[in-house]
Parts: sequence; structure tokens; C-alpha cells
Amino acid sequence: MEQLLNRIKDKIEIESLKKRDDLYFINVKEEHIIFLLSYLKEHEGFTHLAFLQAVDFQEYNLFQLTYMLYNYNIKVNLGIKVMIDREKAEMVSIHKLWNHAWQYQRELHELFGINFPNSPNVNESFVLEGWEDIPPMRRDFDTLKYSSETFYQRPGRSTNDPKEYMREKLYKNFVEPPKIRKEND
Amino acid sequence: MKKEDIEKIEEQMKLANEGLPEKERQLFSDARPTSVPPLNKYLEKFLNWGRAQSLWFLGFGTGCGAVELRPLMTSRFDISRYGIAGRPTPRQSGVFIIGGYASMKTVKRIVRSYEQMQGPKFVIALGSCTINGGMYYDSYNTINRIDHYIPVDVYIAGCMPRPEAIIAGFNKLKEKIKTGKADGMNKYAENFDWYKKNQKQIIKDWNMPDFNW
Amino acid sequence: MIKNSESKYTNFIADRSKYPKMENGKAVIDLESHKYTKLWQGPQHPGVTGNMAVEITVNGDEIIKAKTHVGYLHRGFEKLLERRTYIQGFTIVNRICVPEPDTNEYCYSTAVEDLAGIEIPEKAKWLRTLNLEMSRIASFLMWIGGQAGSLGMGTISQWTVGMRDFWLDLFEEMAGGRIYHMYMIPGGVRKNLPAGFTEKAKDLVIKTRNLLYDVERTFFNNAIIKSRLKGLGIITPEMVDEYGIVGPNARASGKPYDVRMNNPYAKYDELDIKMLTSTVGDAYARAELRYKEMHQSLDLISQILDRIPKTGEIHAKLPNVLHWKIPAGQTYVKAESTRGEHGFFVVSDGSKFPRRVYNRGASYTHAISVLEKLAENISISDLAGLMVSLHTCPPEIER
Repeated sequence: MEQLLNRIKDKIEIESLKKRDDLYFINVKEEHIIFLLSYLKEHEGFTHLAFLQAVDFQEYNLFQLTYMLYNYNIKVNLGIKVMIDREKAEMVSIHKLWNHAWQYQRELHELFGINFPNSPNVNESFVLEGWEDIPPMRRDFDTLKYSSETFYQRPGRSTNDPKEYMREKLYKNFVEPPKIRKEND
Repeated sequence: MKKEDIEKIEEQMKLANEGLPEKERQLFSDARPTSVPPLNKYLEKFLNWGRAQSLWFLGFGTGCGAVELRPLMTSRFDISRYGIAGRPTPRQSGVFIIGGYASMKTVKRIVRSYEQMQGPKFVIALGSCTINGGMYYDSYNTINRIDHYIPVDVYIAGCMPRPEAIIAGFNKLKEKIKTGKADGMNKYAENFDWYKKNQKQIIKDWNMPDFNW
Repeated sequence: MIKNSESKYTNFIADRSKYPKMENGKAVIDLESHKYTKLWQGPQHPGVTGNMAVEITVNGDEIIKAKTHVGYLHRGFEKLLERRTYIQGFTIVNRICVPEPDTNEYCYSTAVEDLAGIEIPEKAKWLRTLNLEMSRIASFLMWIGGQAGSLGMGTISQWTVGMRDFWLDLFEEMAGGRIYHMYMIPGGVRKNLPAGFTEKAKDLVIKTRNLLYDVERTFFNNAIIKSRLKGLGIITPEMVDEYGIVGPNARASGKPYDVRMNNPYAKYDELDIKMLTSTVGDAYARAELRYKEMHQSLDLISQILDRIPKTGEIHAKLPNVLHWKIPAGQTYVKAESTRGEHGFFVVSDGSKFPRRVYNRGASYTHAISVLEKLAENISISDLAGLMVSLHTCPPEIER
């Protein structure tokens, strides 16, 4: 696996990270992705695309796309991470490399608003029907607010702070010990 | 006829099936549902007794609750000894089991299936998520209260309700039918506009007929 | 005379005029010509495949084109998990897949442990393996009922779903829940095995074996089942990579990929387990393979019950879970569900809440790309059998 990473490093600029014996991550630039994926698929035996997903890093104004590949021979998962711009979210489509990649691209288009030009059926609806708000998986979409505004609430639902509630119900005679050091939180 | 009345009727005619294209509108009924008053006291009692004995439910498992309907039909719980059986189409069934959370896409199908069922019809809602949203109270895609969209006769709480609870729910429904209290269908007919307003509020692309019978 | 009729038969040429024109490998369908009809199968539960709809275009009873519609069970789990702390999350992840919730629990808790760097006790690993195998057999029992039911054989589903109920009883003793167990929590498992559990489980293994032999006699030796399933929905070895097919569907086409053996997790590396494959790749081969895997699961359960340690911790010590912050990082954890590779991709940003939890279900490709391809040119009555033979579970597609 180290040799393989070196072979890639000879060709393009990447950062690699070993997570476990069977899981590696590499960071690449946006323009190298098609080359890297087809190289891994055709020459290195990473023939199984497990998933393609996005993570929203709102504070850096970036989306992280993760392509998770798997090699049947050396039994290693390789995650390829690409950072793309969040405002003009657009990415090259990989539907020609894997026949099921268009599904992930359709999902990302609907739930994150990432555009994949030329990907088949990318504008069709996947799980939502008649959605008018911003794409729901983006961090700035507040699902609780949307839910309480759109749907009727049945009165009676209440929330408790677990700490307060447990103290009230279970440990009535509890005296808070003097604080010595501050650990968690 | 007064001019106002004519205008009123025209207004109603305009509203009917407005989500459909002009060509398809004539295929569907434009008559509003009417509430059915109980008949002669003794006859109604007899009819209710009969209705309670054969409850055929629609096999539309809308959520995870449907997984417990399957064991109900096997030898251990054997729901057919209560005269209850599953049917494949809405036209043949009299009980609609909402099997848990209803996502927005499913609500549309629930409304359509419910309206296609023939009266007398009853609704059982399984699971906490149909009562107040349950675990998914803050989800953007599941509704919180099913009773604002279709009338519910019996709720069965739990996540998910055990088969015994579902049998108890059916027995409760039978009791309600025998005493003539299960009148969800009439409620739907009387408050039809309110239900339709609620449904149209969440189903953004309304492209189905208003009256599905 | 016989010769004549034979030659007549061999010279028969199908009337191609009723089939659609092909352009670039795709059928051109003109609905106005009244040759084709558009039909919907679903979204009402068509058997045990769950709520999904297949929009099919048929000519006579031959399917020309199929298109899958999903989204009837979308609850936005991934969004909800972003709003919940790590320990709150484990109550909700198992609801992602209804017939087999434990794989979700396992992947979620292992991913959290992986990020937080927690090592779980030995006994907890054994209990997790036991729970996973039990959920596999329960899910398979439901599946074979569906496979037989979709071809009009209701008896098998009466037997196997009835038997599944006894497995659910075992789950209830083990964890307290029939369908949703919430047994594996980050750090270990929630409860020890109750007294008398081992004997009951061993008894049930024997009972299930006996039932499976009955199923073999009635299902796999049935002429109708054979003639309908053989040759239906053939997955070629090339398709496995092209479409990302995993699990029994891939193994029936000769791809030896089983996460339990390729990347052993929990205690699978210490168990005696063999990869089962077939090379035929049709629906009958898949059914046979799953049947063998049921026996394998039963075998594994007896092995685990024999080797499970009597004493030991079942839960590692966690920090205060109400304020549990997990170091920033990303991980992907996978396990073998009955449908194939089931994985969780968890991204933590160092706060109390996960940044992103993504669940990769095996049905994601099976039910959409693969089904759309395999459903072409089969009879409309075989569609239900094909859907069940791919063993799809829509909740894990849309989550």
C-alpha cells in the first residue's frame, strides 16, 4: 500500500493518511480527480466504488467530496477526499467510470445542491417531491425550524436538560462537590 | 336560483380537481363527499355488528410498523381468527393501517388511497410517530400529526407497537364500531375543506384530483 | 408430416414490429402509438421489498423499460444525526433498516469507538458477533418467505416468518426489544446474556435447521420455482464491478467478497467460516446461496455460543456521555449485512455533535441501477420475484 501511494505521489500531488490497516485516505486537488480515479480503477485494481458523498464545511465555505474505493485483491479501502467551493458547487461527473455513480450524483444534487454537468438524470427528484427550500443537507438549513413551521405540533412535548432532570428526580439529596479541575466541557 | 348561489356553485366547480390538466379532469368525479347519518337505531346496530366482524385492511405498509403486520398473519398471532385480513387494493379494504411515520411523498399516496377506499372505512395509526412525530419530530420530511390530514379512529402507541398491541388496537376499533363511535369517514366529509387545506399546505406539487372516488 | 411441422417451427420468426425501435442501445418508446402501456408497481408494499415504486413500460406482458422511484421512507436520518449527540444517535441509527437493525448499530458504535480510540472488552465483541449473526438469520428467514411469496407460494412464508418470531423472542430476552434492539452502544453492549439463553438458542438452532430442510424440499425442489427462477435476472461477473454489486448478489456471480472474511471485524477472524460462492448468477443461484448462508449463520451461532466467555466486562468505561466530545477525524466502518456491504462514514469535527454520518446501504445500487437493467425484457409477473431476489431494503436507500 505504501508503494502504491508512492507511485501516485510520483504522478500527482497528494497527501495521504493511514487510518487503519484497511483504510487509507488521500487528499487530492479537484483537477486531478478523473485521472486519479481512472488510474486507480484501471491499473491498481480499485474497482469497487463503495460510495460518493459530500460533507458540508460551512465555516470554510467548502464541500468535501469523498470517493470510497475498494480493492478486492489487497483488501483495502481508499477514501479520496476533494475539497470544492461551496458557493459555486460543481464537480466533474464520473458516470462513465461506474454505472451506478449517477445515483450518488443525483442524490448530491438534490440534498446538497452540488451540480454535476452531463450526469444522466441529475435533475430528477430522488427522495424529495416538490421541494422549495434550500437543499436540506446543507448546514444552514434548520430542520427543526422547518418542521415546526410546516407541520402541526401536538401540544405536550417537552424537553428536559438531562443534568437538571436527573438531579431533580433521582438525586434529590445530592450536594455538588467542590470543583477541583475542569475536564470535559 | 339567486345569482350568488350560482356564483357559489361556479366557485366550487372551479375548485374541483384544479391540479389536473384540462384533458384529465373529466375522468374524475367532481362530487364532494357527503356524511352518512346513521339509519334506524336497531338496523344501524345490526349493521355495525356486521362491520366489526370483518375488518379487511389495506396492505400499504407506509413505514416500519408494517414489519409487525407480517408476524400477525402467521400461526403465532393468527389475526384471521378475528376476521381480519390484508387486501392488496384500496377498493377491497375497509381499514387503513398507517404503519408509522409518513414522509411527505407518502402522504400524497395515503390521501389518494384513503379516498379510494369505499365506506364504511376506518383508520388505525401505528406508532408514536403518527401521534406527535415521535423520534422524527424535527425531521423535515415526516409529518408530525397524521390526524390533520386524514381522520384517525384508533392510535396504537409504541415504537414500534408489538403484535399484541396491534390486536388490542383492532379490538378497540371493533368496540368503537359496535357502539357507532368510529365515524372518521363522516368527520372527513364534514370537515373536507379543512383537511384539503392542510393536505395542500404540505404537498407542494398538487397534481392529483381533489376527489378520488 | 412431423418433419414438416418441425421445419415450420424452426423457421418461426418473431414479429419484431411490435417491439420498440432501438437507437444507441436504448428503446425508443412512443406512448401515443398505443403499443405500450405505462404501469406502476408500488409504492404499496409489494411483498417484503418495502415501499418503493417501479414505473414500468410494457408491451403485452413484456417489460420494455423500468424505472425505480424511491423516497417514500425518507426521514432525513443524516440531518437528524447532526442534531443529536453521539450517545443520542445510537437510539436512532437502528431505525434505518427495519428487518436488520443490528448492522447499523454495530457500524455506528464501531465508528464512534474508532474515532474516540476506545478499545472494547473481549466479551462485548463476542456478544456483538452473536447479535449480528442472529439478526442475519432473522433477516434471511423473512427474505425466503418473501421470495416464495412473490412467486405465489404462501406456505413457506407462513413457516419462516413464524420461525423468525422465535428469533425475535431471543432478541427480546437479550436486549429487551423485538424489532429495534439498541443492544450495541458505543463502548460495548448494553446487557449480559440472561440465564438459560444459551440452551434456548441452541434449541432454536436445531429447530430452524429442521425447518430449513423442509424449505429445501418444498422450495428448491419445486418444479415451478425452478422454472421461474432459473435464468431470471442474470448478473454477469463484469456487472459486479460496473454496478458496485455486493453481498450474496455478487457472490452468486463468482465474486468472493464478504466483509466478514475480507476485512474481519468483531470476532469473525477467530471463527471457522468459509466463503460461499456460486458462478451461475441467476435468481435461483442467489436463492441457493442465501439458503447456504442461513445454514452458515446457524453454524456460526452454535460456534459462538460454545466459545463465548462466561465472565468479563461487557462495557468499556466512557467519559460523561452528556458532554462527550470526540476528536476530529473521519472514518469508514463496514460490516456484512444480509444484503452486502453495509457501512458508516462518520466525520467528527471535535464537537459534541457529529459533523456528518453517512450510511452506505447495499440496496442503493441493487434496487435502482441493477434492477432497472435486469428488469428489461422479462415478463411482468417475474418482476416481483426479481425484486425480492435482489433482496432490496428501501429504507437504507433513502434513509
